[in-house]
Amino acid sequence: MHVPDGFLDAPTSLATGAVAAAAMAVALRGARRELDDRTAPMAGLVATFVFAGQMMNFPVGAGTSGHLMGGALAVVLVGPYTAVLCISVVLIVQALLLADGGVTALGTNIMLMAVVAVGAAWLMFRLVQLVLPRKVSSVPVAAGVAAAASVPAAAAVFSVLYLIGGTAPIDASTLLAAMVSWHVVIGLGEAAITALVVASVVRARPDLVHGAQRVLAERPLLHLPQPGEVVR
Amino acid sequence: MRLKTLVLSGFMIAVLIAGVASYYASSHPDGLEYVAGLTGFGDTARDSATARGPLADYRTRGVANDRLSGGLAGVLGTLTVGGLAGGLFWLLRRRDVPREHS
Repeated sequence: MHVPDGFLDAPTSLATGAVAAAAMAVALRGARRELDDRTAPMAGLVATFVFAGQMMNFPVGAGTSGHLMGGALAVVLVGPYTAVLCISVVLIVQALLLADGGVTALGTNIMLMAVVAVGAAWLMFRLVQLVLPRKVSSVPVAAGVAAAASVPAAAAVFSVLYLIGGTAPIDASTLLAAMVSWHVVIGLGEAAITALVVASVVRARPDLVHGAQRVLAERPLLHLPQPGEVVR
Repeated sequence: MRLKTLVLSGFMIAVLIAGVASYYASSHPDGLEYVAGLTGFGDTARDSATARGPLADYRTRGVANDRLSGGLAGVLGTLTVGGLAGGLFWLLRRRDVPREHS
């Protein structure tokens, strides 16, 4: 969903640029709490993996393709603030180095994929976690549902932005319906990839998965009798 | 699995996806491009200011072979993201207070 230059007018691009800059400033502060000696290398890996994953377009029928957006994957693995930064770095490198997504549209793309998709994924992940059994094995399922929701959420916000500042007169409901319906389908691919990758990491190192922290903390610890303690 | 093993193997998978597997990715327009074409604003897209860069559109300028040109751009992009993100997160991380050994 990389928006090219020319789709949105200058005022809208400026506004989304301001939103993107503010979100990144907040994320830079918040990420300090999420990152330590163990999670910082994981976060670097997540950004790298999302970049690579975004190159793998998969067909979704009728001459269309989709690719991993990565917001849900990042939010579940490394937490919301760090996820915003992960996806932002990917989008900045893509726009400047690979001409993927416009330069004046960079703020728009950061807003859609690093803020809206990450935010929607985090919200949905926490909601699904409330419903599912509090087990580590629920984490990949919740991640998949979050991923499925994040892609149409970004598509819907793009449609709203286009209504406000699109450069061509396009019927609002037609655009919204087409954007959301196609991205619901693409979201299924996003869900499959996200659930699979999260499941692999959860199996190898559940302690490194941000979204599993709450579940792990609630797990009763093995109680070892202390010296002098009466064992009944 | 040790953290180092996990990160290094994940990084290798990313390099292989970007450098090798991406050649087989679908070349159909993505959801946004497709919808833009469908609803009639596809041709309002303009080339970005970086469209003439050495790695623009995931092609390495001067490398004629399709597979090599795309793969090289993918690997260079992966290394750039890894370096920038890894460096940023390493700088931002909370420095753990060294624990006293008992």
